[in-house]
Amino acid sequence: MGGAHADVSGHVKMYIAVFAALAIGTIVTVLASTVDLGGHWNVAVAMAIAAVKASLVAAIFMHLKWESASVIWITLLFCAIFLVVLMALPVLTSGDRPPMVQIGSWG
Amino acid sequence: MSAGTLPYKVEPHPVTGVYSGKLGTWLFLASEVMLFGGLLSAYVFLRVGAPEAGPAAWPTHEQTELSWKIGGINTLVLILSSVTMVMAWVALKMNDVAKGKMYLAVTAALAMTFIVVKLALEYHPKFKHHHVPSTNNFFALYFTLTGLHALHVLGGVVVILYFLLPGAGLWKTNPTYYTNRIECTGLYWHFVDLVWIFLFPILYLMN
Repeated sequence: MGGAHADVSGHVKMYIAVFAALAIGTIVTVLASTVDLGGHWNVAVAMAIAAVKASLVAAIFMHLKWESASVIWITLLFCAIFLVVLMALPVLTSGDRPPMVQIGSWG
Repeated sequence: MSAGTLPYKVEPHPVTGVYSGKLGTWLFLASEVMLFGGLLSAYVFLRVGAPEAGPAAWPTHEQTELSWKIGGINTLVLILSSVTMVMAWVALKMNDVAKGKMYLAVTAALAMTFIVVKLALEYHPKFKHHHVPSTNNFFALYFTLTGLHALHVLGGVVVILYFLLPGAGLWKTNPTYYTNRIECTGLYWHFVDLVWIFLFPILYLMN
């Protein structure tokens, strides 16, 4: 971030706006869950809203909007790849489930 | 700490472009992504694999007895604490240490509110109704994910209280160090908030 923050007081308005957006996002998530959108659409909508909220937190509160250091972006890129692979694993291995998943009890 | 023992504590490292503490914090957060990512993957795995009906079917809202109201209030508490955390950093950047500490104290108080709500209004009634991790896959995941997250909130409180009380003297000797440490604490804190943003819909709303 370096010395680019001489005018941090100007950030305050943005922080308040992000808070408002996050609060509204939370309410929208709850409201959206009460409507049956059919199929997996409820999950998709909830995850999409969560992704937007998370991006706001990362961009504004965690200052990634002003981050130019490539080392941080490379770190985040590897995180993203790792997450995608992790989330894809259950899909890729469908039909190959250990018995406790089907039984639902771990004893 | 004598000068020169750890270079680039304030000025950006010529290679990375950030000060070392910040790089360390981001690398730590990367490991945290993997920790929570693995557990979220387990959630998807068990959820997708759950049978449609029978005793192993994924529990409905009524069966889990999780209150979206309590979860929603805690979500608001946590995002508010993220705002106060970043405001503490802004105040320190503006050399207003009294205001900065006030915001830090509010952040810690909000974090403790989250913990108390979690324990008193959620965990306690759940245990009373014999909804424990061994009840089913859902509660195994619920307690693992929220428990690990709550430990992270508690860890944040410990760090914030450290900088409010025993670590506060650093402001007098080196305000830049102090401000940077609050920035790194904030990075961690916002990450904890970010995790909850995903946990709330996954656990409270999707059944």
